[in-house]
Amino acid sequence: MKLQKKHLFDAPKNIKRILRLLYVCCVLLLVLDFIIDRHISHNWENLWGFYPIFGFVSCVILVLVATRMRTFLMRNEDYYRDEGTNDKAITSSATQSGEASKRKDCISQKSTTKKGDRDVDD
Amino acid sequence: MWMIEIPPFFPFFIGALIVSLTRGRLRGMIMVAIPIVSALHLWLMPEGIHLQFLLFDYQLIPYRIDKLSLMFGYVFHIAALIGIIYSLHLRDTMQQVSAMMYAGSGLGAVFAGDLLTLFIFWELLAFTSVFLIWARRTERAFVAGMRYLIIQVLSGVILLAGALFYASDNNTLEFGYIGLDSVAGWLIFIAFGIKCAFPMAHNWLTDAYPEATVTGTVFLSAFTTKVAVYALARAYPGVELLVYIGAAMTCFPIFFAVIENDLRRVLAYSLLNQVGFMVVGIGIGTALAINGAVAHAFNDVIFKGLLFMSMGAVLHMTGRINGSELGGLYKTMPKTTILCIVGAASISAFPLFSGFVSKSMVVSAALEEGFEWIWLMLLFASAGVFHHAGIKIPYFAFFAHDSGIRANDPPKNMLVAMAIAAGLCLAIGIYPQALYALLPFDTGYNPYDATHVLAQTQLLFFSALAFVWLNLKGLYPPELRSINLDFDWVYRRAFPTALQKIFTIIWKLDRVLRQGLKLKLKVYLTFIAQKNGRLSGLLSKNYPSGSMVMWVAVVLAIYLFLSFIQ
Repeated sequence: MKLQKKHLFDAPKNIKRILRLLYVCCVLLLVLDFIIDRHISHNWENLWGFYPIFGFVSCVILVLVATRMRTFLMRNEDYYRDEGTNDKAITSSATQSGEASKRKDCISQKSTTKKGDRDVDD
Repeated sequence: MWMIEIPPFFPFFIGALIVSLTRGRLRGMIMVAIPIVSALHLWLMPEGIHLQFLLFDYQLIPYRIDKLSLMFGYVFHIAALIGIIYSLHLRDTMQQVSAMMYAGSGLGAVFAGDLLTLFIFWELLAFTSVFLIWARRTERAFVAGMRYLIIQVLSGVILLAGALFYASDNNTLEFGYIGLDSVAGWLIFIAFGIKCAFPMAHNWLTDAYPEATVTGTVFLSAFTTKVAVYALARAYPGVELLVYIGAAMTCFPIFFAVIENDLRRVLAYSLLNQVGFMVVGIGIGTALAINGAVAHAFNDVIFKGLLFMSMGAVLHMTGRINGSELGGLYKTMPKTTILCIVGAASISAFPLFSGFVSKSMVVSAALEEGFEWIWLMLLFASAGVFHHAGIKIPYFAFFAHDSGIRANDPPKNMLVAMAIAAGLCLAIGIYPQALYALLPFDTGYNPYDATHVLAQTQLLFFSALAFVWLNLKGLYPPELRSINLDFDWVYRRAFPTALQKIFTIIWKLDRVLRQGLKLKLKVYLTFIAQKNGRLSGLLSKNYPSGSMVMWVAVVLAIYLFLSFIQ
C-alpha cells in the first residue's frame, strides 16, 4: 500500500493556526471600533460592540432555535415516499408516457396493498 | 431597419429549434454563440418601445426596453451563457432544448410591455422549466416536477384573471405601476407572490429545485424568481406590505437551512432568503432601495448560480449531495472548493465580493426610511445567511470529517463556467461602479465607506466565531439523514390524509347503502318473479333475457327477408 498523501487540514496544527487567525481578527475588529471614526445613522449603532455582539448572539440563537425545531419537524427520509398516490392530480396526469403510466401502476399497487380499508371493487 | 428590432427571446427560441436538429460539437457552438450574439445585440439597442401591434382593441407591446428591464435582460444573458457552458458536456436533447426555451421565456417576460405578453411568457417559464426537473428521470423528480408545474400554472391563471380585471378597469393592458387598490391589483400581486416564493407559497422552490438535474438547477435558480422580482419592482414599488413579507422571507428560511441535510436544498432556502432582501428593497421603494433590489437580483443570479454549480459539481462527481455523506472533498477537488468559497463569500456579502455592494444598499435604505425593526431582521438574516450558505455549504461538503470520497474536479467546461461566475463576483465587488452605472436611478451611493465595511466585517467575523464556538462546544446540529417538514406538509400530507379519511367514510357509507338497496331489490324481484312464475314460464325469472333479444332479432330478420322478396 502506498502511503496516503497528507493534506492541509489533516494536521491538527493547521486547524489551530486557522482558528488562532480568526481569534486575532476578531480582537482586531473590536479594537478598530474605537479607532475608526464612524458616522452613525442610528443610536443602536452607538452601543459598544453592537455589530460584533449582534452577529455572535444572533448566530447562537439561530442555531439553538433551529436545533430545537428538529424535535418536531424532523422526519424519516422516506416520509413522503407514498405521496404519489395521495394526490389525485399527480397520478391522473401521470399517463403522459408509457414509462410514467407503468410507474403509476406500481404506485397504485403499492397503495392498495397498504391501505386495505378502502374498498373500491365493490 | 426591421433587422435590428428582434426581441431577445426570439434568438433563443430559434436556437432551441436548431439545437434539437444538431448534434455534438456544432450544437455546443451554437448554444454558446446565441447568448453572446443576443447580448451584443441588446447592448446596441436604445431604450423605448420596439415592437407593438393591435389585438382587437388592445395595444400589445411584446418588446419594450427601459433601464429596469435592461438590467434583468443583461443578467439573464450572463446566466444563460454560464449555464450553457456549465452544461456543455451533456448529451441530453430534452434538457438542452428546454434550457434554451426557458432562458428565452425569461427574457421575453422582462421585456414584455403589456400584461398579456407577460402572461404568455409567465406560463412558458413554467412549461419549459419543468423539463429540467423531469430530466432527472427519477420518480421523485417526476412528482416534484408535477407539483411545481401545478403551482406555477396556478400562478399564471391568477395572473390572467388579474390582467382581465385590469383591462376592464383601465381599458389598457400596459404593464406599469399597478398598486394594491383594486381587485386586479390584488390578483396580480398574488400571482407575482406565488412565483416570487412568498412565505407559505415558497415550497414549490425548495421542493423542486433540489430534485432537478445537476445543470437544470443552475438554470432554474436564475430565471423564475428573478422574473417575479422584476415584475414586483415594476408594478408594486413602495407597497409597504412587501417590506414585511420580504423581511419574513429573509428570516424564516435560515432556520430550515441550518437543519437541512440536502445541500442543494440548503441553497434553495438561501435563495428564498436573498429574494427576501430584494422584496424588502422593492417595498421600501426609494431610489436607493429599488437600486439595491435590482442590483442584488443581478448579483444573486451570478453568485447563487456559482453555488448551485459548485454543489452540482459535487453531485456530478460523487453522486451524493447530503451533508451527512460528504466531507473532506477539498483534498481532491481543490478548484471546486476555491470557487465555492468565492460564491459563499459573495452571498455572505464580504467586502470586495459582489453581495456586499448590493445588499448594503437595501439595508441602508431600511435604516434611512425608519424601518428599525426590519433593519434588525435584515442584519439577523445577513448573519444567518453567512452561517448556512457561507460556512455550512463549503464546510460540510469540502471540509468537516473526511468521508473517504476521493472524487476529482469536474469536467473542464464546468470549471470554466464556475470561474466566469467567480470572476464576475469579484469584479463587481471590487469595481461596483460598473454595475451602478446600469441601475435605474443615480444615487451616488458608495458602499466602501469605513463605517459600513467595518460593521459588515465585524458582523461576519463574529458569526464565524459563533460557528466555531458552537462546533467546539458540540452544540452545532450534526448533519442527519432526514427531511424536515415545511409548509408543503399541508398539501403533501395533511390534505391528502384528510381527503383519504373522508373518502374512506364515504365509501363505507356507500357500501352500506348499496348493500341495503340490493337486498331490497332482491326481495322485490323474487316477489315479482314468483307472481310471474305462476302466470307463465316465459316471463319467469329463470328465463334468460338473452332469449328475448334473440327472438327480437329473429323477427327483425324475417321482416328483412320479407322486404327482399317483395
